Amino acid sequence: MSSFRIKLSRSLRNKVHGSWMTVCLVFVISMPVIIAGGLYWKSSVLLHDHGVFSLIFSKEWKPLSGQFGFYPFIISSIWVTMTALILAAPICLLTAIHLTQYAKRWVLKIMHPVIDILAGIPSVIYGVWGILVVVPFIGNHLGTWLGKSVSGYSILAGGIVLAIMVIPFVLNILIDVFNNIPTELSEASLSLGATRWQTIKFVLVKKGLPGIVAAFGLGMSRAFGETIAVLMVVGNVSRIPSGLFQPGYPLPALIANNYGEMLSIPLYDSALMLSALILFVVVLGFNFVSRYIIAACDKRC
Amino acid sequence: MDHTKINISKLNLYYGRQQILKDINAGIPEKKITVILGPSGCGKTSLLRCMNRLTDLHPQARLTGNILINGKDILNTTDDITSIRKMMGLLAQRPYPLPMNIYNNIAYGLRISGRMNKRMLNKRVEHYLRQVSLWDEVKHRLRDPAVALSIGQQQRLCLARGLAVDPQIILADEPTSALDPLSSQAIEEKFNELKENYSIVIVTHILRQARRLADHVIFMYMGEVIEQGPADAFFENPQQEKTKLYLRGMFY
Amino acid sequence: MKKFLKAEEMFFRVLMFLSTTLIGTVLFLIVFSVIKNGLPYLSWEMVSEVPSGGYYFGKEGGILNAIVGTVYLSLGSTLLAFFIGLPVALMMNVHLVRYQRFVNGIRLILDLLWGIPSIVYGAFGFTLMVYLGIRASLLAGIITVTIFIIPIMIRAMDEALKTAPRGLLEAALSLGSTRSEISYRVFFKQCIPGMVTAILLSFGRAAGDVASVLFTAGFTDAIPTSVNQPAATLPLAIFFQLSSPISEVRHRAYAAAVVLFGIILVISLLTRIISGKYKKNRINF
Repeated sequence: MSSFRIKLSRSLRNKVHGSWMTVCLVFVISMPVIIAGGLYWKSSVLLHDHGVFSLIFSKEWKPLSGQFGFYPFIISSIWVTMTALILAAPICLLTAIHLTQYAKRWVLKIMHPVIDILAGIPSVIYGVWGILVVVPFIGNHLGTWLGKSVSGYSILAGGIVLAIMVIPFVLNILIDVFNNIPTELSEASLSLGATRWQTIKFVLVKKGLPGIVAAFGLGMSRAFGETIAVLMVVGNVSRIPSGLFQPGYPLPALIANNYGEMLSIPLYDSALMLSALILFVVVLGFNFVSRYIIAACDKRC
Repeated sequence: MDHTKINISKLNLYYGRQQILKDINAGIPEKKITVILGPSGCGKTSLLRCMNRLTDLHPQARLTGNILINGKDILNTTDDITSIRKMMGLLAQRPYPLPMNIYNNIAYGLRISGRMNKRMLNKRVEHYLRQVSLWDEVKHRLRDPAVALSIGQQQRLCLARGLAVDPQIILADEPTSALDPLSSQAIEEKFNELKENYSIVIVTHILRQARRLADHVIFMYMGEVIEQGPADAFFENPQQEKTKLYLRGMFY
Repeated sequence: MKKFLKAEEMFFRVLMFLSTTLIGTVLFLIVFSVIKNGLPYLSWEMVSEVPSGGYYFGKEGGILNAIVGTVYLSLGSTLLAFFIGLPVALMMNVHLVRYQRFVNGIRLILDLLWGIPSIVYGAFGFTLMVYLGIRASLLAGIITVTIFIIPIMIRAMDEALKTAPRGLLEAALSLGSTRSEISYRVFFKQCIPGMVTAILLSFGRAAGDVASVLFTAGFTDAIPTSVNQPAATLPLAIFFQLSSPISEVRHRAYAAAVVLFGIILVISLLTRIISGKYKKNRINF
């Protein structure tokens, strides 16, 4: 009799757990749709009045008169992201090759925690560092070298800070990519008389190319969405930036800076939600394509 | 009296604190097929890797002793290691085609060693593909990626690729272990043809394959050479106890 | 030709060495400059008092409100994320282990969610707040941050669970356990260090993020006594204080940054120690 009772409670627990698990799973899987839906719902007010493309390409941002042109912000975002990528990409690639092909064991032992710590530093602190070091460097030193007088709050500052933030992330992926290439491939190249460097150039990089491209794609989407650190150093002037040393106003910063006035001006909240939706779609797109490339490459290799 | 192509004396290999090869003394005869035989883990693959100094790739590998090829000690030489490696072609357990098309796989070694005009390149590529009987199968799709070939074809491609740099020695590490019987047979037949011009060293743990191919045998166990000699003598009249046990299938 | 090759290789090797040292140097620079600018202004009062009225104008007070607020917020959201995330991670690795394609699809969705910037989560949290009629409060912040860290938590746990040997599931099944028992009693216990790492990782992310709490948690000088009150968070406090025109306040921001940095560093170290310690004692299959 008592054994029957035990069975019942175990089976009941199993069922309860199972149901809760299923509920949570369904919730998690539908999150992207829910988020997209919520943002769209909020931005639909604005979208009804103007079309998506006119909003993206119009250049005037005057919320008080109902003009919402996203173009300057999108361009700023692109500038900052590209700057960060151009600065970070060679460093990541060179370091990854160095660590996986040439470096001695103790170097790896030191670099692993270094990369992990860098990856864990909150964006606010990167922003603080940007204000303390990067902005004065650009304003006082770099600017005077090149004969410009700038405050330092610029696209370049944003790009530099962003590059440092993105490096640990991309570096980890690149290290994985290179480590996953079988050593026999290097051995085959070397036994044909190639040097280490020729092997890297002609065989390893080629073999790892899909992974490398995907890593940079993921890095770019990370950079595109980063808010706080960039906001603190980029100047936040809503004009189309005319150069690297000019201030900019990337899309995430737009949202973060204006949440206070959101509800007081009509359609403002809708515009900001639309910005979030644009961010969402762009980042999702990049991520999806990059991950797909990685998955497809895994199968073939 | 045949020449000894490779002369190994007092070779010891350490990976960190572990000793993989213990005091190896062996000779690889010229223009014959030498089979290095032994159960798994006996060090035969490591021995093969020493011969073209692929052990250099492991940061913790340490070698002592001498390996003389054509009279020159490759372990203690100041010569450029790449020219030493080009003397030997390597065939691995699984085919590892380079991430390029079929043509470039063969041409890779040629391009690395120096400039060559297009016509010469074409000729050489065709020559080596013919040598492994691959030419007719791939001549119309030379620009296809090498990974599109079947495993047996890929292994033959890797063989051709290795031959293209004009080695004197071919090192093969269990070259048919990933192949189906038909492709295995094709590779084995190739080896028999090639031994006229190249000295071949094959590592295997398949006794029957050794019997089929070997002119000379080196039998290893636990990092040591137990017995070595001409194939007939080895198989008909083994001297050591362990050899007898192994040949009877007592351990593998 | 050989000479050119050698020179090329040498050139790139120098570059590689430089870029590797650059990364180490940058870390050192960041730590150094934050600590150098913040430590002098760090005092016991700062950490133990809430801001009095004139704090933002340079008068007395501290950031206790932000520290406690951060702790409440991170703790709350990590706990909530754990309760929702653990079942999902377990389900992926125990119940659904037959449907690998489906599980890989789930992993893809999680990776995509993980890549979404926190400001989008913040904006979404805001729409949720409006929809549900909640004000900016600890509750709204917790909900938003939970949604933000769930993908991180699940993925980290999933990585830990993936390493459990396959035979474990079969052994447990053949002993007559139910699926949920296998999940919670066997797999969870086997992977505890990985679980703890996942929790710490998520906690760290929750504590350090600004954009997800910007709209949702509000800001206040007091320590919240109920979930419906707004809560100050440390990253947000730093952010606000930095934009002040008064240099005294800005210096306090640097000090607060040191505190935040300290918290994150401790968590990082804990994570490393735990995963290192347990790796030694675990039976490796």
